[in-house]
Amino acid sequence: MAYTVPRPKLTLSEKAYLPSIVAGLAITWKHFKNMLTGKTKVVMQYPEERWDKQMPEHYRGAPTLVKDDHDRERCVACQLCEFICPPRAIRIKPGELPAESKFAKVEKYPEEFDIDMIRCIYCGLCEEVCPEQAIFLRKDYAITGTSRKEMVHNKQKLYELGGVMHDLVHKWNPEK
Amino acid sequence: MEFLQSIPWLIVLSSVAKTLFLIFLVVLPMVSYTVYAERRVSALIQDRLGPNRTGFPLTLLGAKKDFSPFLGGLGQPVADAVKFLLKEEFTPKHVNKFYYILAPILAMVPALTTLAVIPFGSYLFGQKMVIADVNVGILYIFAVASIGVYGIVLAGWSSNSKYPFLGSIRSSSQMISYELALGLSAVPVLMVFGKLNLSDIVSYQSHNGWLLFPLWGEGLTLQRWVLLIPIFISFVVFTISMFAETNRLPFDLPESETELVAGYHTEYAAMKFALFFLGEYAAMITGCSLIVVLFLGGWDIPFHIIPDNTPELSTGIWGIILGLVHITVFFAKVFLLLLVFIWVRWTLPRFRYDQLMKVGWLYLFEIALVNIFLTAGILAFIK
Repeated sequence: MAYTVPRPKLTLSEKAYLPSIVAGLAITWKHFKNMLTGKTKVVMQYPEERWDKQMPEHYRGAPTLVKDDHDRERCVACQLCEFICPPRAIRIKPGELPAESKFAKVEKYPEEFDIDMIRCIYCGLCEEVCPEQAIFLRKDYAITGTSRKEMVHNKQKLYELGGVMHDLVHKWNPEK
Repeated sequence: MEFLQSIPWLIVLSSVAKTLFLIFLVVLPMVSYTVYAERRVSALIQDRLGPNRTGFPLTLLGAKKDFSPFLGGLGQPVADAVKFLLKEEFTPKHVNKFYYILAPILAMVPALTTLAVIPFGSYLFGQKMVIADVNVGILYIFAVASIGVYGIVLAGWSSNSKYPFLGSIRSSSQMISYELALGLSAVPVLMVFGKLNLSDIVSYQSHNGWLLFPLWGEGLTLQRWVLLIPIFISFVVFTISMFAETNRLPFDLPESETELVAGYHTEYAAMKFALFFLGEYAAMITGCSLIVVLFLGGWDIPFHIIPDNTPELSTGIWGIILGLVHITVFFAKVFLLLLVFIWVRWTLPRFRYDQLMKVGWLYLFEIALVNIFLTAGILAFIK
């Protein structure tokens, strides 16, 4: 036994079709007008408008290296971040601080510190694991480049992005 | 020698000049900017912004800043054209080459050819602003416009692929069905005017009020007001049939994307596809021009605010300004009508195919037929 689909009973104006068309045209006109007068909110126009101001404090952007109040690099090349990094984006070549250095008691420093931003997954484990609080995920999210080589952030670039981080750890401050 | 002297050189040269002006300076730019308007208006209707980026890259030419005028994105049509020109001209192996190449030409040519009899202005430099001032105006348009269906049929057939084939079959039966209603709904209009020459029709409306707005001149008679009923009916039927003729939504069955990939131009790429695209929009412009000429007074400015333009006057500075104003008014009306076409497209869903045939054959055809008798009765009995 076939099932008969119940059809809705149409009123006369619905059958004539033209009134419905006019109603539809009125709806689209309303949308058109509201767009033209700027009443409708549209998506952010990205390169001109950015969402930087609305970005939360805990945002995880590009990982960077920071210096402390004495313009000393905080990193001591312990390589913990290199070991914990899940996609293995970090490469560190440790070096020894010369004896005549002001911070000679730190002993080690990174000769090279590369983060491959193609590999980086912005998980923040490097920031979490760092005992010296030297690596921080900043708010830069538009990391672009035209070649693979350009996408590898070297030490200089990382400090450029990171800048100076005040307070926090003062372990290596001789005055404290 | 005698033959050369027998050629009316002035008419030939002025016709060539008018053709070049109309096609290259007005219609083709209008086509590409209608495409832009289509994208922009559809976006605004759907609460989006649409293409608002492409400006004119003047920095490449040494200027300080790129030029991106008020709405932005006005360079989009130019960029699209360049893209179509630079794309690979790909021809699939399985097609019937001759007809495959012929089809896009046949889609574009009739749309532009019909423009020849459209009066797009009054007078300029002593010349009537219509390329061919023939006495069979409307008949010529109907005859040539129906060739347009060949482009679509040939495209579908020569592509040797099922979706274009289905699309072209749909299109041909649709266009043939709606041509009936189109032709019949124009008959009452011709009965009122008593002539087929389009420029005469426009000058008649200029003196006696537009057909849809008989508000001045001799349009204030009782007959013209009673005639408004059948004229309005024929205006609605004519416009609806024009939607179907130009394959616009809600009648765009030939290229219904959800069922037929892209319809009859599925197998086409690059400039051949662009010709179909342009042909479709050029046909829209011709259709809108015809509606404007028949019902909305052509190049006329309402209420006789500005005095008539005559061939003698139009060589002087005042006449030239008047002629240019008339041309602008005509294309402004056409553009407004195009916007209505676009507006309707983004409002209505597509018909089912049997509904489409039903509307064409059971309603529009009959309404147009009865309308002729109604008009005849009014013309005979009400003076």
